[in-house]
Amino acid sequence: MAYSDKTRQAFVDDIGAIKEKGIFKEKRFICSPQGAAIRVEYPEGSPQEEVLNFCANNYLGLSSHADVIKAAHEGLDSRGYGMSSVRFICGTQDIHRELQDKMSSFLGMEDTLLFPSCMDANAGVFESILEPEDVIIADRLIHASLVDGIRLCSAQYDTFKHMNMKHLAKKLELHQDKRHRLIVTDGVFSMDGDLCPLDEVCELAEKYDAMVLVDESHASGFIGRTGRGTHEHFDVMDRIDIITTTFGKALGGASGGCVSGRKELIELCRQKARPYLFSNSMAPPIVAGSIKVIDVLSKTTERRDKLEVNTQRFREGMTSAGLNIRPGVTPIVPVMLYNAKLANDIARDMYAEGIYVIGFFFPVVAAGAARIRVQLSAAHEIEHIDKCVAAFAKVGEKYGIIGMDKKAIIDKYGM
Amino acid sequence: MDEMKDVVLEYVVDEYVDEDDDVEVGFDTALISSGIVDSFSMVSLKVFLEKKYDITLADNEATPEAFNTVTSIVELVNKHLG
Repeated sequence: MAYSDKTRQAFVDDIGAIKEKGIFKEKRFICSPQGAAIRVEYPEGSPQEEVLNFCANNYLGLSSHADVIKAAHEGLDSRGYGMSSVRFICGTQDIHRELQDKMSSFLGMEDTLLFPSCMDANAGVFESILEPEDVIIADRLIHASLVDGIRLCSAQYDTFKHMNMKHLAKKLELHQDKRHRLIVTDGVFSMDGDLCPLDEVCELAEKYDAMVLVDESHASGFIGRTGRGTHEHFDVMDRIDIITTTFGKALGGASGGCVSGRKELIELCRQKARPYLFSNSMAPPIVAGSIKVIDVLSKTTERRDKLEVNTQRFREGMTSAGLNIRPGVTPIVPVMLYNAKLANDIARDMYAEGIYVIGFFFPVVAAGAARIRVQLSAAHEIEHIDKCVAAFAKVGEKYGIIGMDKKAIIDKYGM
Repeated sequence: MDEMKDVVLEYVVDEYVDEDDDVEVGFDTALISSGIVDSFSMVSLKVFLEKKYDITLADNEATPEAFNTVTSIVELVNKHLG
């Protein structure tokens, strides 16, 4: 037997080491459709509990929207279950083309290419357009999938301090000897909820002859006046060269992603991106559902407007209640706790109060920056938000952190 | 040796520490394992060392362990300088 006892024990030890570090990810089972209120089995084997979900990327509440489900059913009936092919062999239907065209129009870009996920889009885009004589200059807090894509690419890379434009300018100056420069950033940073100042990024890109790539996975559908994204928010819709984004969050929450941008760059992705060439096509029901999502969002801003109101109510409620939240305007609201055990303990007590949230700590976020990341949704009602704030106030009181700033929490619990 | 330590320390502070960060970095402060420098942004330091001291660091040398303190970085550079 190749998988000997000795081999097995080595892997058991690896798992044990993860548990010892306190970073073991436990299983949680959702026994209902995704939504504001969900039924959860946690810990595994426990009776199901109905809790309010404040940790999904379901920003617009479209994951279980009746029109989207209906459209997905119709897609299933009219175009089948799967493609059994990559895109370029026999995996592209008319509805794939339709979704690509709709995304180009929604995002204000020249062309779009669908990928099985945004993780795949980010894995493929850099290798397709850049060579060893080029350089990527990336914000240090970009999403892990961008980091992986950059590492897979033959171009050189460098980094700049998170949203520090002075440092970005310094790096652009340093790399003037390279053939192409590509600035890479998230539009909205997933752990902090920060909005990247794309107007300033574009000014620097133009000054130093650089292209700009933005991952809009936590922005598409709800950031900006009509939900087009961070580039709409900063009024630079015609100055971004590449957007990568996902259908797995606000845009229906199923799966799939895309690269959207200058037509030559998209063509190179179509010719060279390995996840496009070697991974299966997006399934027809998901494509049909995603088309409906874009149609819904193109007709009305009702959902992103409600999300904005919910976000404001939660941020104001938490601040009034004396919780230490990271300031901002996005529906990603980090409740700062700094200490990993404290973040885990409070998340567990919040679950007992009927609120489903998760603690995040190193290495997912910087050491000493542990937090609970709360994510608002247009599916939340006012009473859901008020219940969540009240639960944080109650649990915060139990741990004696109400009204405490960073220094006071660290003095009490350590980092 | 000490001069090189000062140069590397100055670069690390300038490159990785924000003005509002309340961390103090010395010659033996853990950089990688404490999260001051992450494995992704470590590349900036590698490029700086190669350019400044005209050396080439192989990927299997530029490890998180070798880059964990200013002291260990300087030891690595000195190995190349002979």
